Amino acid sequence: MKITIGHLYPDLLNLYGDRGNIQCLMKRCEWRGIEAKTIAYELDDKIDFSDLDIVLLGGGSDREQMLVCEKLQEIQPEFKEYVENDGVVIAICGGYQLLGKYYKTDAGTMQGLDLVDLYTVQGEGRLIDNIVLKTELFDMPIVGFENHGGRTEIGNNRPLGKVLYGSGNDGKSGYEGVIYRNVIGTYLHGPLLPKNPCLADELILRALRRRYGQDVTLSELPDEEERAANEYVYRRFVKNDQG
Amino acid sequence: MSIRSMFAVNAAKITGLVCRKLGRQGVTWAGKVALKLYPGILKELSSQVREKIIVVCGTNGKTTTNNMLCAALEAEGKKVVCNHTGSNMLNGVVAAFVLAAGPGGRIDADYACIEVDEASTKHVFPALQPDYMVLTNLFRDQLDRYGEIDITMNILEEMIRTVPSMKLIVNGDDALSAYLAMDSGNPWVSYGVPEPVVESGLHEIREGRFCKRCGERLSYRFYHFSQLGDYECPKCGFKRPAADFCASDVEVSDHIAFTVEDRRLEANYKGFYNVYNMLAAYAGVRTAGLTADRFAEMLKGFHPENGRMEQFKVNGADVVLNLAKNPAGFNQNIAAVMQDKRPKDLIILINDNAQDGRDISWLWDVDFDLLENETVWSITVSGIRCQDMRLRLKYVDIPSELIENVETAIDKKTREGTGNLYVLVNYTGLFGTRNILKKMEVNG
Repeated sequence: MKITIGHLYPDLLNLYGDRGNIQCLMKRCEWRGIEAKTIAYELDDKIDFSDLDIVLLGGGSDREQMLVCEKLQEIQPEFKEYVENDGVVIAICGGYQLLGKYYKTDAGTMQGLDLVDLYTVQGEGRLIDNIVLKTELFDMPIVGFENHGGRTEIGNNRPLGKVLYGSGNDGKSGYEGVIYRNVIGTYLHGPLLPKNPCLADELILRALRRRYGQDVTLSELPDEEERAANEYVYRRFVKNDQG
Repeated sequence: MSIRSMFAVNAAKITGLVCRKLGRQGVTWAGKVALKLYPGILKELSSQVREKIIVVCGTNGKTTTNNMLCAALEAEGKKVVCNHTGSNMLNGVVAAFVLAAGPGGRIDADYACIEVDEASTKHVFPALQPDYMVLTNLFRDQLDRYGEIDITMNILEEMIRTVPSMKLIVNGDDALSAYLAMDSGNPWVSYGVPEPVVESGLHEIREGRFCKRCGERLSYRFYHFSQLGDYECPKCGFKRPAADFCASDVEVSDHIAFTVEDRRLEANYKGFYNVYNMLAAYAGVRTAGLTADRFAEMLKGFHPENGRMEQFKVNGADVVLNLAKNPAGFNQNIAAVMQDKRPKDLIILINDNAQDGRDISWLWDVDFDLLENETVWSITVSGIRCQDMRLRLKYVDIPSELIENVETAIDKKTREGTGNLYVLVNYTGLFGTRNILKKMEVNG
């Protein structure tokens, strides 16, 4: 089996250790003998979505995000088709905001890609802290770090998880992230995937099943270090266990 | 001189003394007390400096550059006020002045060399009014505290413009720093290394790839490291300025040497980044109008004992302690460690206290894969976030041993290891680890 990951514009969207997510996906495939390849796209490159199994859309500074946003409008129809055909997308921070209809800031409104029915409005102050979620996808908690000024409203969509510690989508609803078809959007970096191996595997599995059929399963990995790092954050912030 | 300043100075001195007795870093407390008693203290004391005030800003290299600048000025026979310990926020800056003042509340100094945290320029510049500012570089650092690098640049530019006569001494190899100098409208000179010296890591995260002036992608003739190199914008013509202070014939091995203004400068440190620190200090002294005739001599005796490549002897082993607090700094540290071809052990300590930045995702922006080398016999991870560090190494196929307590780790590795130990720590680990090493050195 073979997997191709498309990393959208890492030149511009590479804040907060985003490349750790790519390293994680690549290694977890390699360890299982699944051939994996990453294509890092630059702004002027043509993207053929039919080649891709997982798309990673990261976060950038406001200025850089604006540049990307203009570019993405040009490929919106192809991107939308990929999503509706159950293409796997992991969108983080600024990338998560771009999934929606718009991001309204004091400086103006940025048009989103309208891939998922959600929108974001700039709020008072930034939400910055460690964060822990409980998801319905698997038992292991999802842990990471959030740092965002936008408040995201996901409407009737399914959230990625319930907030056990931290702020999440808007700091009020008690939920974080979004799941739509095979798209996952979230404010969590840290980076997200290495400390959340179940989520990384979920993405890989969905991508493989889409291409090779529903019978595909993933072999277990030992994940001792992953579990320890995940559990440390969970215990410190949810259980208030400093030791 | 005012009674008030005399009172504030003496109260601060006592505070500093008491705090040191209690084993704390007394410096920032002394500043805090002085400011509380007399908010105008910094303005009053700094105005007594007879000749010039030089500030040092920039993400990496501030403390080393500032201390070197101070030593160079002292070598020229000047009396200097300096915040040696690297306490670079308002309280630390105030403390440097009050602790240097006499009991009468007066400063007897020709120069002041003060490093200032970029975000703290807002609080420091109104009182200090510097004559010169050295700007070393701008890298991503503690994004949870400072936000994006664009925000830091905006603060700096605004503050630079409040002192229009202040001359900038800027690293011209950094497109971000150079742009800031050019755009500010202040007078400026630049320093730089115009030819490639070492091979830059291929996958390094680089800031500012796009022209700050027009938004076009910059083209590079070469990179030194991170985004430092020889750049040019193909669209608007923004480019690396021809350096006023230019390092040539650069040697980087187990020591550093280069030529500037027909002088050969040499130092017994590792790490290419130290070329920039030396060059910045030299450019500072020269721009301030001094001859720098004693600069080379000064370097021979310059040992910054502040955890920057500081050497210890513990249980018969050589131990080197170094601060590494952001991706650019860490990559340069790794390069410096790898210049030592002997077998070695490494301890990496990562904390996530407020001063470190609580967000440790930057670990994934560091090129740890460069540590995969047969001369690295072992890597031990310590500190509050040792689990994250171990995981980070796993994803570049490097196994590590987890010992959360750094004293235990140092003890074990100096007894059982290669006899050549490097300890890389981020910010809040520095003072504690340094104290542990000093204690172990005495006992062992």
